[in-house]
Formats: sequence, structure tokens, C-alpha cells
Amino acid sequence: MSGLASLLPPAAYSFGGAFEFIFSEQASNVTGGKKVGGIEQVLELAATQVQVSILALLLALLIALPIGLYFGHRGVGELLAVGIGNAGRAVPELALIALVAVVIGVGTLTLVLVLAALGIAPILTNTFVGIRQVDRASVDAARGAGMTEFQILRKVELPLAVPSIMQGVRGASVNIVATATIAPLVGVLTLGEFILNENVYGSDGVLAGAICTAVLALIFEFGLAALQRRLTSKGLKLQQASA
Amino acid sequence: MPTGDAAPDSQSQPHAGASSVSYENVTKRYEGSAEPAVDKLTLEVAAGEICILVGPSGCGKTTAMRMVNRTVEMTSGEIRIGGHSVRDRDPAKLRREIGYVIQQVGLFPHRTIAQNIATVPTLLGWPRERIRARTAELLELIRLDPELADRFPAQLSGGQQQRVGVARALAVDPPVMLMDEPFGAIDPINRERLQNEFLRLQAEIRKTILFVTHDIDEAIKMGDRIAVMREQGRVEQFATPAELLMEPATEFVEDFVGADRALKRLALMRVRDISLWVAPLATAGEPTAAVRAKLDSPEVEVRYPLLVDAARRPLGWLSERDLRAETVPERADSPLGPVLELDDVMRDALADLLQAGVQYAAVVDGAGAVAGILSVEIISEFLASPGAKQDELEAVERPK
Amino acid sequence: MSALGGLSGLVHPSLAAIGEVGEGFFKERTEGNLPCQARTSHLFCWDWATEHIDRYGTPTLQQAELVVISVIAGFVIAFALGLLAHRVRWLRPPLLAGTGILFAIPSIALFLLLLPITGRGRETAIIALTAYTLQIIYRNVVLGLDNVPGPVKDAARGMGLTSRQILWKVEVPMAVPEIIAGLRVATVSTVAIATLAVFAGGGGLGTQILGEANLTFPTAIVIAMVIVIAMGLFFDLILLTIQRLLTPWRRVRVV
Ligand SMILES: Nc1ncnc2c1ncn2[C@@H]1O[C@H](COP(=O)(O)OP(=O)(O)OP(=O)(O)O)[C@@H](O)[C@H]1O
Ligand SMILES: [Mg+2]
Repeated sequence: MSGLASLLPPAAYSFGGAFEFIFSEQASNVTGGKKVGGIEQVLELAATQVQVSILALLLALLIALPIGLYFGHRGVGELLAVGIGNAGRAVPELALIALVAVVIGVGTLTLVLVLAALGIAPILTNTFVGIRQVDRASVDAARGAGMTEFQILRKVELPLAVPSIMQGVRGASVNIVATATIAPLVGVLTLGEFILNENVYGSDGVLAGAICTAVLALIFEFGLAALQRRLTSKGLKLQQASA
Repeated sequence: MPTGDAAPDSQSQPHAGASSVSYENVTKRYEGSAEPAVDKLTLEVAAGEICILVGPSGCGKTTAMRMVNRTVEMTSGEIRIGGHSVRDRDPAKLRREIGYVIQQVGLFPHRTIAQNIATVPTLLGWPRERIRARTAELLELIRLDPELADRFPAQLSGGQQQRVGVARALAVDPPVMLMDEPFGAIDPINRERLQNEFLRLQAEIRKTILFVTHDIDEAIKMGDRIAVMREQGRVEQFATPAELLMEPATEFVEDFVGADRALKRLALMRVRDISLWVAPLATAGEPTAAVRAKLDSPEVEVRYPLLVDAARRPLGWLSERDLRAETVPERADSPLGPVLELDDVMRDALADLLQAGVQYAAVVDGAGAVAGILSVEIISEFLASPGAKQDELEAVERPK
Repeated sequence: MSALGGLSGLVHPSLAAIGEVGEGFFKERTEGNLPCQARTSHLFCWDWATEHIDRYGTPTLQQAELVVISVIAGFVIAFALGLLAHRVRWLRPPLLAGTGILFAIPSIALFLLLLPITGRGRETAIIALTAYTLQIIYRNVVLGLDNVPGPVKDAARGMGLTSRQILWKVEVPMAVPEIIAGLRVATVSTVAIATLAVFAGGGGLGTQILGEANLTFPTAIVIAMVIVIAMGLFFDLILLTIQRLLTPWRRVRVV
């Protein structure tokens, strides 16, 4: 009793076959004549994965950022903020998704909520830490200059915490995009469809799914890295370089 | 409370916008500590003065200072700026009217120098053009190259950053400035320079300044008045630097001021404040007999005459051999040595004498003409004589 | 919400059964007479759990083994890279980017991408998990070594220590807390991610989640999940203890 491996016949994996699967339709092993693979299906599944990932990331950001900013600014709740981060890491996504599917049910809304929950921990923790790490002298000077608490947060702490916050967003994105791969378990067809149904798509499909998922995740990563560079003030970059 | 942004007038009058600051029975008890950090502090800081809070670490200087702009809220008592209680003000608005400089500077690393300086004007919603003009004016005031305006703090030296910190605090020409060990993190040479620059600046702007330090030398140099504090913000003595050095009120102050306070007094005086020796002068062509007669006069204490030109500018010391001739020669035998000015600080003058290895030197006035002679002997007699105290007090109390 | 509505039409037909199970959960009463192990709606069935706990032994050990080997391998590689980057500064951006890419690739994809090269099995899982840990550990090694204050290094140099001695006697010991912090993060994450090793044929607790019998049976999934979380906690405590032992100076309290 050892899961997938024993259920399937030994397969031969090849990148050549995988690329062929990505770019051209082919006959399925089981569905009898129904075509699988091809750029159209790949793009369709990828689009779903991108949509649920972005939605989940935005939702996570919407929840975690204000909480992290507030507690970071007030300097309270460190145990909670850091504890959530640690707890979030310990949860096995596969089990979470499977459990949600069987207990709550399938559907896009469920998926987005679960993915967002996975993204909250890293964003919350990194936002909190980022705000706490802002040089206390700058905050003191800002307060002394007559900024209101909200102005201190928005004009001083937030811009200076951008690298840390974006670190959290990137961590959340890695987690969300990866977990969105197994979304077919909650009935939402993403690129993981190729991976989870080897009997339908064959070994070429599995590898093709892996390739496409990796590419997608890297696009997210590079996109967010670029965003981080744009959002980080030049002065802050200079300071980090000289430190 | 006025917050004029008019150009500061450079008279020695207090600035029109400077306000007095008064503490009445101010107490601060931090949450969770049994003892108050500051206990019933009462202190009156006159408008346009630099008031130094000095004392050992943890005695409550920072706490006392920060209650003025309410970055620390007092537990009881009253602080008034220009007669108005700070309690009645919205803290953020109050702070925009008080300059604030801290040891760690706290420039915003993500903003340019110009943007840092413009912090408070931006908060007050000044039009862009006015902000730009004021920034340029302030850069000039702190003598910072205007090219640096678009740089970021990370691209400036520590000393330059601290000057920007001062400019940021001065941006809206606040009537009161709070400075918490502003030069504490700067190396000694640059600290000296910044101190001098700041004194020059203050002569122009005449703000009311609360200045915290734990360095007694800095206190003596910078302060119009000094409050020596000990635990819980208890003021041991509130006096001018000279009074403090001359007549420490308690043993604590005496210890704090240090055993070398006699020498420190020299830092407060200028050469013109002491009675100099009369210089026996000689001009070229004058009969040597007349010169010898001058040397014999009872009020002359040096053995050699000083050769001067027609404008009484010193040229050199005449030797015994020079005097053997019929008339005074064009050129003196012995070199002139150090020449001091009436405005030199006494401590520096003494240093010059000791460095040149001479017992005395000529002192000239602003025009370069000889005004007298200063000797090591004068200085040591001065330091030794308790009777001189009164003269000295008067001498050093003149505004710098 | 129109985007969501559109997406929900994509539910895979083969998973319709799961969907009904999900609904069944809210109609519990209708199956009230069945023994709990047969009721897929029951979140947790104690009877079943006590009877079948044995079957989790081997997968648990497999997963623990995967984690221990991967983290140790990851530590050795990342520590070496960290020392290298500490010396050769220009190597930092490429090393950070390289380990960052390995980190960003979803582990499930990485497992599968290795199949054509290393085939199905434990080794494949270990390689992928090791690659995943590199970024976290590497980052903290560099951070820890950088954080040693300049004056401390100057003092060491002044006392006549060579660069090599400074590295091993001053910089590395002082970086220990930072390095272990990285190891803790890497270890706990790896414990969770090793659940996916089943996709590489690497065994582990994922075997108790995937597979038709399990996927529709909450108790099986919950047990696997609890074991994974407990394992993460267990390794975290071990590392915390190691840190305490290695950095006694940190425990000195100012009274
Ligand atoms: N936020 C705070 N909470 C509790 N106690 C404080 C706080 N800030 C200062 N204290 C205590 O109040 C006392 C006075 O502190 P303060 O910072 O005013 O001293 P200081 O004279 O400025 O010292 P230093 O020269 O070291 O800066 C100290 O005993 C200090 O421990
Ligand atoms: Mg202080």
C-alpha cells in the first residue's frame, strides 16, 4: 500500500516527449480517441492556475498586510506574528488540500480561500518583522517632526519595510503557486491536472505538467522580484549596499 | 505660538519667533518603574538661549527634554512654551513647531537630502516653490554643497548627515529646538567643527535651544546656561558656564565639572579679557638709548624690546647686540615667534606659547597693531589667584 | 466574483464523487447508523485510528529519513556556498539568484523534473528536497557571517589571528544563532514538503493521503497531517536544543 507508485505501471519519462505533449495534441491512453495535451489545453489550465493564484495572493495580502503593519507599528503581538509564520510552514499543503476537498467540498472559492490562508503566514510575519526592523531613530525623528502615527506608518515605516514585505509576498507566491498545482484535488483544473492523472495523460503529460508549473512559478518569482526592485527606494538600495 | 518662516534676523536680539520654555514641577514616571525618571523638575529657559541639560547617564535628561514635544508624556506638572501649556496642543501639530535633533540623526534613508529637509514643510502643505526655496536657503545656512540635495543619506558622511539633521529641524524656523546629544556620535575633530558651526548658526538664528549632553566640556562650550542634573532629573545647579566652574554649588557639581576646571576656565576666556603686559616698542632709526630707557620702566616686565613698523605691526625681538648700535636697526636679531590675537581663546593662546616653547608672545589687535604681551606667567598667576574671580566672572559673562 | 463563477465550471468530472462526499458532510444524519469508519463525512474516527495506526510507522520513518538526509546535505552545500560568498563578494548575486530559482520552483514540479534523470525513488526525492533547502540556509549563513561586528573582527586581527582563524574562531561561532535559525525554517518546511515525495516515488506520509481509498477518507488524511506537524515540531525542538548547547553565551541573563 504505497500510493501512486504502486498503482501505476513503471513509465519512461523523457523531456522530448514532454515538450511534444505541450505543443501538440495527442491521443490519450484511456479516453479512447479523445485528444489530450497541446498548447491550447496547456494555456487554458495555466490561465486557471494564474487566476486562482493571483486572487489568493491578493486576498492574502489584503488580510495579512494591514494586520502586520498594525502590529508591527504598535510593536505588539510579536509572539503571535512569528508563531503564525512558524505554524504556517509546518502544515503539509497536500494534506490540507485533500482534507478541505473531502470535508468542505470542491470548488474555486474553497480553493482560493485555502490558498490565501497559506499565503497569510509568510506575508504577515515578514511585514511585522520588516516594520520592526525599521531604524528606531528614523521613527523617532518622524514622530518628533510632527507626523501622525498613520503618517509615520505610511511615509516612513512602510517604504522602509518594502524589501521584507516583498520577501514575504514572494514566499507566499511560491507556496500558493505550488499548492495551486494540486488544485485538481478540489476540482479546479490547473496544470496539476496533467500530473495527478498519469493514467489519462501518460508520463509525457506528467513531465509536461511539471515543466509548465515550474515555468509558471518562475514567471511569478521574476515578476515579483522586478516589482520589489521597483518599489524599493533608491536610497534604501544604496544604504543596503553600503551596509 | 508663532511659527514664522521669515528669514531669521541676524541681530543679537532673541529671534522674534524664539519662545521661553518653562518646566513647573514636572514629573515623569514610566510604567512599571517604582522611581520616577524625572521628579518635580522646575526650570526656566529664557527665549533665545542655549540651555544645556548635562548629567550622568540615566539621570533623566532625555526624558526631561522629550516631554517638551510630548514624545514622552509627563505624568504631572506643566511645561509651557511662550506661556502656553504643551498639554493643550495636539501633539503632532505641537511637534511641527519644535525642531528635533537626535544623536542617531534618524534621516529617512529612502528620501533625498532635500526631501528630508522638507519633511515638516511638506507636512504643513507648503507650496512646492516655497519648499524648494527654503531647502536651498537651509543648505546654504548649514554650508552644504547644493549638489548634495538630490543625494540619499547613505551617500553622506556622518558629519554631513548630522548637519542635514539640524537643517531638517530648522526647516520651518521653529521657536524652540530640542537637541539630544546631537554631536555625540561624531569623531572629536568633526565634533569640534560642528560645535563651532552650530554656535555661529545660533548667533544668527537665536533660537531657544534645549541641548542634552553628558560631556561637560561640550556643555561649557555650547551653553548660555547649564543645568547640572543627577538622578531623577534633580537639578544640582543651574548657572552660566563661568559660575559653574568658579563656584560649583555642591560636591556633586564639583566632581562632575572635574579637577581640571581651572584649565577649563581658559576655554571660556579670550586674550582681551586678561591684563596684558606692556610691550616696550622700538622703531627702526630710533636711538637705542631711548629704547633702553623704556626697558627700565617699572611697568615693563620683559627684557627685550619689540621691533615694530610705522603701523605698530610687530617685526621681531631686538637682541642685546642690536641695542649695542647707535640706532635701532631695520631688522631684528631674534625671530618674532607666535603672534596672538586679542580674540584668541585663552586656552588656544596658552597652547601656542607652549608649542613654540617661548615664555611670552606679542598680542595684536584686529588691525595687526601690537596691543601687549601675553606670557605663561600671566596665565599661571591668573589661575592661581582666587582674587581674580570677580574680574574673570565679568570677563566671561560677556556674550560670545 | 464573476471570475470565480466562471472557474467553478471547470470541476473535473472524475472528482464528482468527492464533491458529493463534501456535501454529505453536512447531511450527517442520513448515514447515522453506519460505523464511523465507513462514514467519509466523519472528520475523525477514533476506532479506525487506533486499529490502523501501525500502517503509519514505515511512512513516518521514511519521511523523517528524507528530511534528515536532505537537510544535512543542504546544510553542507549551503554552508560551503555561504563561506565562498563571504570571501568572494561578487559571487553573492549569482548564488542568491541560483538558490532562489531552486526555491521558487514548486517542489512537486522539481520531483517530477528529476524523473527522466534520476528515475523514481528515494534519491530523487532527496535531491529535490536538498535543492529546496539551499536558499534558506545559504541566506542565513551569509547574513550570520556578515552580522559579526567590525570591531570584533578588528580586535581578533589585532590579537594576531589569521583570516582562517578569525573565520573559524570568531565569525562562524558568532553566526551560529543565525545559521540555526535558517536550519529551523528549512527543516520545518522540508518536513511539510516531503509529504509530496510520493510524486517522486520517495515514499513518506504522502502515500497515506494520495490514493483513492485515502482521498475520500478524512481520518486517514488527518492522521498523516498531525504526524507531519508533530514531526516538524520535534525537529524544531531538537535544533533549538542544539542552538542552546552551541551558544551558551546567549543564555547569560543580566540580572
Ligand atoms: N521608555 C522607558 N520606559 C521605562 N523606563 C525608561 C524609559 N526611558 C527611560 N527610562 C528610564 O528613565 C531613566 C532616565 O532615562 P533617560 O533616557 O531620560 O536618561 P538620560 O539622562 O538621557 O541618559 P543617557 O545619558 O544615558 O541618555 C533611566 O533610569 C531609564 O532607565
Ligand atoms: Mg539620553
